[in-house]
Amino acid sequence: MESIYLLIPVSVVLVFGIAFAFWWSVRSGQFDDLEGPGFRVLMEDDLPKTKIEAPEAEKAEKV
Amino acid sequence: MSGTKTTYNDKVVRQFAVMTVIWGIVGMLVGVIIAAQLVWPELNIGWLHFGRLRPLHTNAVIFAFGGCALFATSYWCVQRTCSARLWGGPLVPFTFWGWQIVILLAAVSLPLGITTGKEYAELEWPIDILITLVWVSYAVVFFGTIAVRKVSHIYVANWFFGSMIIAVALLHLVNSCEIPVGFLRSYSCYAGVQDAMIQWWYGHNAVGFFLTAGFLGMMYYFVPKQAGRPVYSYRLSVVHFWALIFTYMWAGPHHLHYTALPDWTQSVGMVFSLILLAPSWGGMINGIMTLSGAWHKLRDDPILKFLITSLSFYGMSTFEGPMMSIKTVNALSHYTDWTVGHVHSGALGWVAMVSIGSMYYLLPRVFGKSEMFSVKLMTVHFWVATIGTVLYIASTWISGVMQGLMWRAINSDGTLAYSFVESVKGSYPFWAIRWLGGVLFLAGMLIMAYNMFKTMAGGNTKDATIVVPVAHHA
Repeated sequence: MESIYLLIPVSVVLVFGIAFAFWWSVRSGQFDDLEGPGFRVLMEDDLPKTKIEAPEAEKAEKV
Repeated sequence: MSGTKTTYNDKVVRQFAVMTVIWGIVGMLVGVIIAAQLVWPELNIGWLHFGRLRPLHTNAVIFAFGGCALFATSYWCVQRTCSARLWGGPLVPFTFWGWQIVILLAAVSLPLGITTGKEYAELEWPIDILITLVWVSYAVVFFGTIAVRKVSHIYVANWFFGSMIIAVALLHLVNSCEIPVGFLRSYSCYAGVQDAMIQWWYGHNAVGFFLTAGFLGMMYYFVPKQAGRPVYSYRLSVVHFWALIFTYMWAGPHHLHYTALPDWTQSVGMVFSLILLAPSWGGMINGIMTLSGAWHKLRDDPILKFLITSLSFYGMSTFEGPMMSIKTVNALSHYTDWTVGHVHSGALGWVAMVSIGSMYYLLPRVFGKSEMFSVKLMTVHFWVATIGTVLYIASTWISGVMQGLMWRAINSDGTLAYSFVESVKGSYPFWAIRWLGGVLFLAGMLIMAYNMFKTMAGGNTKDATIVVPVAHHA
């Protein structure tokens, strides 16, 4: 099973790589706030400015 | 290009988004043709017979349709969530044009029979080198953009996209190791069962990272955006990510049950496949529950219909997959149409539907419109695609289980109860239904293309201005 001699080291190196990325992300505070980022993606309104008011207002009326 | 540092690069997103639809039609058309060839064998003519077209179908739908969808959505998502323009200057258009050339070369070389014979990695070595160049450029652009981000937190979708880029690079490099013996011919560096093991380490992880992690990135961005609600649990999404990438790499051997591969390797593959059920379902529940409290939005929003249905199919196929990896189940399912049905519940139900939903979100935005030309046609597309998928999956399930049972049936004297051709004969009606399912799914894509071109007409293709959010305190 020579292919295992390649795949197992590759996987082990990879797991250490992933572990390092995880360690880095925890240490650098990526996961200090686990609520805000979910809301932050919603803050950007990416629709063109002009036409957005009408359909939004309509929807609000329906609800 | 009118791009400056103050605008997003939406041009490349637009290009990839349009090509997603075009390649989707091409790839699915080839799929419909080969499905028809199974029902009407006389359709196998010359270069266009099943053996030549089947790799073209898989390459076109996975790498052309799925690939373009991943490029479009990851480029859109990484810019928006990092508040930064794509980094890398000329590398950005190179990823687009390079990828299109790869696809065209595949479309020419595969019908000509120029192939390495490795499933999902059939392209010959010169094309493999071009793929490597494009993919490395993609990585440079993506991670370069993350490096110059204006927001300190890296949104979870970008972790999924990023892991997909790194994993696919690694898989491609290891699996495509080949020795050229001419311009259009090469031999794999590995032989026999070694090659099989490398091949399915690649094959399954291509499913795991290209077709799962990447599209989960799409899901984690577009589901919350379209629902107008944050993901159900951001914490769970982070756990989902790390759990998935720590456990995915060793599921591959389940493709080689009952082969020359050592038994223990097969068992390892099976165990890891079963473990994968947990992160997969965590992610599926997280995505669907994002709509909790706003289920009414599903009633009249076709984009959410696509996205939420795609998650249901994701949950279904990630349950089915681990079950099929159990050796006793696999003894029945392997080499039958059940496998094909399983793949398509993931491919049509999950990958295509989440991509279609995301494209319907993106297309009006990159053409300066507030919505698609026709919302009604989107709903029609949704129902046509869903019915097509269900027909496809149900028929291949039935024919698959039937084939498995017929192949293993023995008479009391120990001889086989059925010849192989009897199972082929029994499969015909189901292959016809499967073809019909494919036709419906393709019809949905044609509706989408019409809707897209109507949306594009008179569109405004100015790049959007970068919005840097005000400093956010935890």
